Formats: sequence, C-alpha cells, structure tokens
Amino acid sequence: MSDGERKGRFTIPHEELMYPGHSACPGCGEPIAMRMLLKALGPRTVINIPAGCCAVIPGVWPRYSLRVPMIDHAFECTGATSSGIRAALDVKGLDDVTVVGWAGDGGTVDIGLQSLSGAVDRGTDFLYVMYDNEAYMNTGVQCSGATPCGAWTTTTPAGKEMACRRGKKRILEMMVENGIVYGATANIAYPEDLIERVRTAKSIRGPKFLHILSPCPSGWRMDPSKTIEAASLATRTGMFPLYEYRDGQYRFTKEIKNLKPVEHYLRLQGRFKHLTPAQVAEIQDLIVGELEVLKAKVEAGRK
Amino acid sequence: MIDAITANHAAALAAKLARVEVAAVYPITPQTTISEKLAEMVSRGELNARFLLMESEHSAMSALIGASYVGARTFTATSSHGLALMHEVLMWASGVRRPIVMPVAARTIGGPWNIWGEHMDVIAERDVGWMQFFCENNQEVLDTVLMAYRVAEDPSVMLPAMVVVDGFILTHTVDAVDIPDQRLVDEYLPRFDPPVKLDMERPARLGGLIMPDWWMEFRYRIAADMEGAKERIKQADKEFSRIFGRGYGGLVEEYGTEDADAVLVVAGSAAGTAKEVADRLREEGARVGVARIRVFRPFPSEEISRLGSRKMVGVFDRSYTFGDGGAMFNEVRSALHGTDSIVKNYIGGLGGRDVTAAHMEWIFRDMLEVAERGLDRKVEWVGLKDGSGRW
Amino acid sequence: MTTRTTEDMHTGTWRTFRPVIDAEKCVLCYSCWKFCPDLSMIVREEGDYPSVDLLHCKGCGICANECRPGAITMEREPL
Repeated sequence: MSDGERKGRFTIPHEELMYPGHSACPGCGEPIAMRMLLKALGPRTVINIPAGCCAVIPGVWPRYSLRVPMIDHAFECTGATSSGIRAALDVKGLDDVTVVGWAGDGGTVDIGLQSLSGAVDRGTDFLYVMYDNEAYMNTGVQCSGATPCGAWTTTTPAGKEMACRRGKKRILEMMVENGIVYGATANIAYPEDLIERVRTAKSIRGPKFLHILSPCPSGWRMDPSKTIEAASLATRTGMFPLYEYRDGQYRFTKEIKNLKPVEHYLRLQGRFKHLTPAQVAEIQDLIVGELEVLKAKVEAGRK
Repeated sequence: MIDAITANHAAALAAKLARVEVAAVYPITPQTTISEKLAEMVSRGELNARFLLMESEHSAMSALIGASYVGARTFTATSSHGLALMHEVLMWASGVRRPIVMPVAARTIGGPWNIWGEHMDVIAERDVGWMQFFCENNQEVLDTVLMAYRVAEDPSVMLPAMVVVDGFILTHTVDAVDIPDQRLVDEYLPRFDPPVKLDMERPARLGGLIMPDWWMEFRYRIAADMEGAKERIKQADKEFSRIFGRGYGGLVEEYGTEDADAVLVVAGSAAGTAKEVADRLREEGARVGVARIRVFRPFPSEEISRLGSRKMVGVFDRSYTFGDGGAMFNEVRSALHGTDSIVKNYIGGLGGRDVTAAHMEWIFRDMLEVAERGLDRKVEWVGLKDGSGRW
Repeated sequence: MTTRTTEDMHTGTWRTFRPVIDAEKCVLCYSCWKFCPDLSMIVREEGDYPSVDLLHCKGCGICANECRPGAITMEREPL
C-alpha cells in the first residue's frame, strides 16, 4: 500500500494508553514499542518490568506514564513475577487481563533467562516482550548476549578482534525449543505488523514471546532522528528478519527479498564505524548464513 | 484435633488453615517436606491454591511479590542457600510492603556442604525488613505461621515474616500438635485485603522509581512500622490465646527469670533443653532462668533491657557472625547497655552439632561462676572437641 | 503506588531543535504521529493535519526524518 492510498487514515489504533512527559531519551525506541503494544492490547493489561531503561522511562514517583497498571521487580525475575501475577489474577477471577512481562535484552537473554525459561515451562499464560536495544543501555552501553557481532560497547571497545563473541543469542529459537505457544520478532519501524503480532499473541493462551527491535540512539552512536530509519534498515538488510512461530511452524512475516547490503545499516551507526571493509564483508556473510538457516526452518514447516 | 506430626507438616497445615491463595515452591533440604505436603493438599483438593513450581528460590519469592501485589495471600518455604539466594528479593518484598509469610527450615550455609541445622541462614537476613519469629516446638510452628499472617497483613504493619523452624530438630521430628478448627482460624485470621494492590480501574505503578527527595520517607515508614509491629505481635499473641487457649508470652518468653541471678537468652528449639536443665538446677537451689527470644525482628529491646537487673545474662547463639561474637549476643548486650548485668556469649549447635543437656548445664554453671567472679572472656564456643574456643 | 501522570513533566524543555510543519507539503500519511516516541505529534481525528505538542516534544527529529514529502523541518530553538 502506498502513502497515497492511506491519505488521512489511521493505520494503527488512534487511542493512546500512554501519557507524554515520560523520561525516555530523545529518539528512544522503547516508548514507541510500548505505545504500539498498548494500542494492540487495550486497557485490560498488567505490565511487569525488571531493572533497565523500562524502569526509568515511565517516570519518577509519584508520576507514571502508562494507563495500565505496572508492577516493578528485580532484574532477573520477569518470568517468575509474571507467573505469580497470572496465578493471583486467576485466583481473583481476572482471567481476561493480559499479563505482559516487559524486559530489555540483558534482562532477558542474560540475567533473566532462567526465570523466563521457568515461566515458559510452567505454561504461564502471558506475553513476554523483549525490547531489544542490543546492549545494557541503562547502565551506559555494556555488551549483552544480544549485542551484535562487531558492535562497539563500553565493555567491547573496538579493537582488532571482532569475533570475541558469537553474536546475538537466538532467543526466539531458544524459547520455541523451551515450549512457547507463539513467538515472533517485530520492529518498531513496522508498527502495523507489530500490532498484528501482539494481537495474535493475545488471542492464544499460554506462554508467548515477542522480540522487538528497539534502537537506542545514544548507545548506537547515531542521531536520535535515525531511530526508525535504522530499525527499518535492520530488517531490510536481513540483520533483523521478521518472522513468527506458531503451531510448530516458522513463517516469514515480511518476505526476505531484494536485501540491501548490510553496509547501509552499519554506516548509519557510530558503534560500527571502526569496522574494516573486510569485517563488514564478514558480517554480510554472517547475515546470509543466518538467513539460510532461518529459511530452511521456514521451508521445513511448509512441507 | 491432636495429631503426631513433624514441624514441616505443621507448617504446611498452617498454610492450608490460613487459606493461602498462591504458593510458590522450590525444594531444599530440610524444607522440602513442607512443599511436598502442600502439593499433596492441593492435588487432593483440600487447599484451593495456585501451586507454582519454580525454578529457584529467587523466582519463588519473585512470583509471590507479584501475586501479593494482585491481592493474594501468599506462601513459600525455604532454607539455607535458598534463603541466601532470595536475599535480593527479600528486600524487594519488604521494600514494597508485601506481607508474605515464609517458614525457614534453619540450616547452615556452605561451603563446605552441610545440610544440618543452625541459625546462620536466618541471622544473615536479619536486616532485610522481614519479621523473624523463632519457634521452640512443632505446635509453636503451626501457631506462629497463623500469627505471622495476622501481624504481617495488619494494615499498620504490611511487612513480610519468616517463621524459623530448626532444621531437622523440628522439621523432621514428630511431636504432638493440636490442629485448630478451620472455623476458629477463620475467626482469628481475616481475609487478606491489602491497602495497596492492583486496581484495573485505577491503573497505577506499584513499586516504581523513587528519588532521593522521598527515599528516606519511605524507609522511615518501614522502620517505624517494624517498631510498631512489636505491639501488634503482643496483641496477636493475646488474641490467639483468647481464641485457641494457648499463648507464647509476646516477643520474649521468660522462664524462671524473676528471681534469677543468671539468665540465659536463647532462641529456637535449644530453649527446651535450657528450660529443662534450668528446672533441674533450680531444684538444687541455683537461681537460673531462661529468656527465650521468640521474635528477633523487630528486636525486643525493652523486654531484654528489663533483664538488666540480673547479675549475669548469657546469650546462646546457634550461629556465628564472623568478626565479633554472635549476632544475638551483640544485640542483647546493646539492649543491656547502661545496666549492671555481665553479658557473655556462648556459641554452640552449629551445623547440626547436638546441643545436649550437658552443654546447657555447663553453660549455666559457667554463668553462675561469672556472676560471682566477673567476666572471664567475651565469647565461648561450647562443645568443641579439644575444649578450645575461648577468647 | 503512583498517584498522578507524567503530563506535567514538560520534557519540551529538553529540546534543541523544534519540528515545524509545512501544511502545503503534508500528505496526511501520519508517519510523524505513528513514530513519535513522545506522543507529541497530535492528530485529533482522521483527515486533520498534525500539530506539535511543544510542551512535551523533545526534538528528536524522528518525525522530520520519516516525513517522505519533507514537510517537517527541524529549526533550532533560540538560545
């Protein structure tokens, strides 16, 4: 669809479940992701959050920027607290309320992995959302298990050795193997798609996992105006493919075709500026390889 | 109904009688049989609770904080390394005023490995904003869990509570326990209706982010409410005694202390041994008594300071805070500051070492000697193989 | 427990550049509204032109960057 066809039309719900005046840095992706999530879920939602940017953004007591209840907890227990909230809501007969565990990448793939795995194993009926800004941003840009290969962070100062890590943990696939009933990647640059993924997740009972790419201009060392552009390029270069898992099958939610060279994505961000042309080529190969693995999974599901 | 049961069974029965709504469990010796009993009760339909199998104690406590925020009465139990793993979220629970009640099967902490009883795990968590109730026997375990809910959920308190059950000595030992009628428990323990909880109609952030301009006010409220809990505990004990016909004397149970020259301060099951030995010595004419600390947090400083009119106060610590004597000793000595009492620390019963009547007799006789001749040393380890352990 | 909203936090004071909309160029695609992280691009109903809530706009410039017809320019706030 072109912009022209949509002229003067809202392509996402108009109602806001969030207030302005929150504490996110200019150009932060997290409030965009949260805004879309709430538009998709509506007011019968409870959010629980660990440490991270997400604990700062909603504002300082006594102020609060969301129109749904939120429960704070320690860093590593988003999955566990979600299980407790769900159990108590069920006891109280509030089974129409959606429980959302909302955590950053470090809080998910590193310190929170155990309790997330436990919640999935327990079959907790909830939606776990990892907003992924690809490092510990709230503490000032330290490398996490979701930091992409080659990215500068304060704990991976750009040196000659790029391959000190294996790149992003494949968290969605880990959760699939762990037993989620629905999983998807989503991107704030594609809000209509993001909302559809959230609505699909809401319609299914059991543990669901959503991986949302949420650029951090400060940590990615780029101008805050480039947040959506970078997010969009992540998907268009194949760096962050959009796909979902349901009923035992993987499916692309945005077809992978006419991939742009990854250089377009990398050169937008200061965190990659130290990369040599050879290293950029290495990352390009890495992307192609990962996509082949993913395509094979999608194909396997079609048979 | 009187039944012969272990303290762990009694703790699980208390959770059932309290009509716990969400329980989250993770196994650890010697707590595990509490979780097992609960699982049986839930699977038989005797307890209508959501039963969550967690993947760690840290997660068990985290789940309960979430459940308590929604307004559910919550329960878990742990021990030793499990309690230590909870450390961070114990402070979350008290900091966000969730009145969770948790029996702790008191056990030492490794390394090296040792699964047996002492109070080190509990003592290490004395400063996290939880009330700490120590029990002498299986009956008191059941009764104290009920009392703990009543105090913890009091709107003027709203702080979590641990009920300390001596590992193996109580957790795995069968004793006669009077199991109260559900009707009476319902009369004693009102439905949980916390002043702050999840409200879908008035969405708020529970917990939140508090800056230096308000932080001290929030901390002060916890400190003040912990102090106020002392009165609530005494009332809860009186009310318990009115309804069930047994009471425990509030924060400190005094036994033969009125005319005593030497009083031994002790917590947990060792108090039973101490009382029996004191009885025997009193028959010989020795003026000895026992002050059993039932509640270590909030600390019963007034009750303890009243012991200051005795010549000698000994403190038996079933734990050791490496550095300067036992924790109970230091707090008791602090409460006795300004009185003429001599205070001496006895350390014993660590890591499952028996505290025998002979040990207790030795302690009492040593206290009487100190009362006569003055303090010989501050800390004495009782029952070491080579008889050393004095400084 | 929180008791009020963040609306009285006037994050517009953080701003260095302010978005200025040229209605002549606007095609009502609402990308600016969709992508604004600060809920500061106001469109009351379908068909309306967007306007900026300067009390809260932090001046990130996402709206200008995403505006395909180039109807939004970022202008420096006076010092």
